[in-house]
Amino acid sequence: MKEMMLEVEHLKKSYDNKNLILDDITFSIKKGEVISILGPSGCGKSTLLKCLNGLESVDEGVIKLKGEKIETEKRKIHKIREKIGMVFQSYDLFPHMTIMENLVLAPRKVQKRKKEEIQEEAKQLLIRVGLLDKKDNYPRQLSGGQKQRVAIVRALLMKPEVLLLDEITAALDPEMVCEVLQVVLELAKTGMTMIIVTHELQFAKAVADTIIFMEKGRIIEINHPEQFFSIPKTDRAKQFLESRGKFQ
Amino acid sequence: MDTSFMQSQVFLYIEGAKLTLYLASIGILFAILVGLLCSIIRYLNIPIIRQIVGVYIELSRNTPLLIQLFFLYFGLPKIGILLSSKQCAIIGLTFLGGSYMAEAFRTGLDNVAHIQKDIALSLGMTQIQVFQYVVLPQAISNSIPVFCSNIIFLMKETSVFSAVALADLMFVTKDLIGIYYKTDEALFMLVVSYLILLLPISIGCTLLERKVRYAEYGNRSAI
Ligand SMILES: Nc1ncnc2c1ncn2[C@@H]1O[C@H](COP(=O)(O)OP(=O)(O)O)[C@@H](O)[C@H]1O
Ligand SMILES: [Mg+2]
Repeated sequence: MKEMMLEVEHLKKSYDNKNLILDDITFSIKKGEVISILGPSGCGKSTLLKCLNGLESVDEGVIKLKGEKIETEKRKIHKIREKIGMVFQSYDLFPHMTIMENLVLAPRKVQKRKKEEIQEEAKQLLIRVGLLDKKDNYPRQLSGGQKQRVAIVRALLMKPEVLLLDEITAALDPEMVCEVLQVVLELAKTGMTMIIVTHELQFAKAVADTIIFMEKGRIIEINHPEQFFSIPKTDRAKQFLESRGKFQ
Repeated sequence: MDTSFMQSQVFLYIEGAKLTLYLASIGILFAILVGLLCSIIRYLNIPIIRQIVGVYIELSRNTPLLIQLFFLYFGLPKIGILLSSKQCAIIGLTFLGGSYMAEAFRTGLDNVAHIQKDIALSLGMTQIQVFQYVVLPQAISNSIPVFCSNIIFLMKETSVFSAVALADLMFVTKDLIGIYYKTDEALFMLVVSYLILLLPISIGCTLLERKVRYAEYGNRSAI
């Protein structure tokens, strides 16, 4: 029985106190598990991820990390973010810093680790994503796919317990999607716990242990990938897959 | 024009230019600090102080430096605060420049992409760390063009310092005209003096702006 990593219970969120953007979200993820969240755009996927690492406040509900309730109190929230990393759709690095400086900044300032130690680790990770030769370049000298791989490394260097990926290939040119997804697949193999929001259905099928399908702020279906993509439990999931031309 | 007269009086202009440059440097430096402070207060949205900053900026931007100097030099002594001419000049320039610099930095801050903040926060940094290491450097870089034109603007504004009895360039010129009636020569030397002071700054600013615009964030290689 694997250790429980993140538990989300009856989460509710609205931006304007009227329309619920997240309506009673409940799910959990075990250590080393990969969940893919699918759903039409605007259904609240990004909002959910932002709530999970405290970039957005939560109206109701509980989030537990390793069994402990996450304090959503403002002064402590940055402590949670250390443990729950996030990579965004826009592959933004800090433009005024070199790749290495981008990587060193947070571990150095937040975790007060030694610069040399972080740099050594950063180099190892850069080798793994094939970008060691770019370490002294500035972000604008890198392609979108390269930047996104650096952004993943940057999040990993904080040694998060969980990694949240929000449509990290959606803004990339098609020929760069593969190189980024490859990195994520390898991360999954190393046992990284991840929640991945994606539009790449084939990728979701390949990487995920569990699929969560959302619509209009609600979870419609939680299922194994094999079943979800062949015989989804709900009609709405079926319609969604049909509209994507992925349902045979 | 009487060149031998001009030669004989050059030293006066050099002294005047030195004084102008000295007062302007200190005043502008303080103006930058005040501007930075004001823009940080506005950015962090600190209540009450934020409103005070707002009032200061309106007051400062909507009154001429000459009036501000008169207030400091002739007004304050009436309530028992005596300032030297130099103090008045520096305080006046700081008071005026602070608001212009604050606006420059604010534009810079507004133009830092919101996602940059989210990313930095998601890495576990505190609000203050995010500001210090991620937002501020980019904001400063963004505000360079307005910042530069402010420096030139403030340099030019120093020409009213003579009103509080400072022997700056303007003062020297008025003096020479008053004593020798050499209006053409005196004014010519005044223009040349200001050109000599301002041209290097202007050229430096252009280069700096170009660097920020074309080779973002000081990197020489590639594009
Ligand atoms: N900062 C915000 N303020 C108000 N409404 C927002 C904000 N962010 C997102 N929304 C709204 O919340 C809904 C869900 O958005 P989002 O979580 O980005 O969906 P998804 O990532 O699934 O496309 C959308 O209707 C969107 O317009
Ligand atoms: Mg989204």
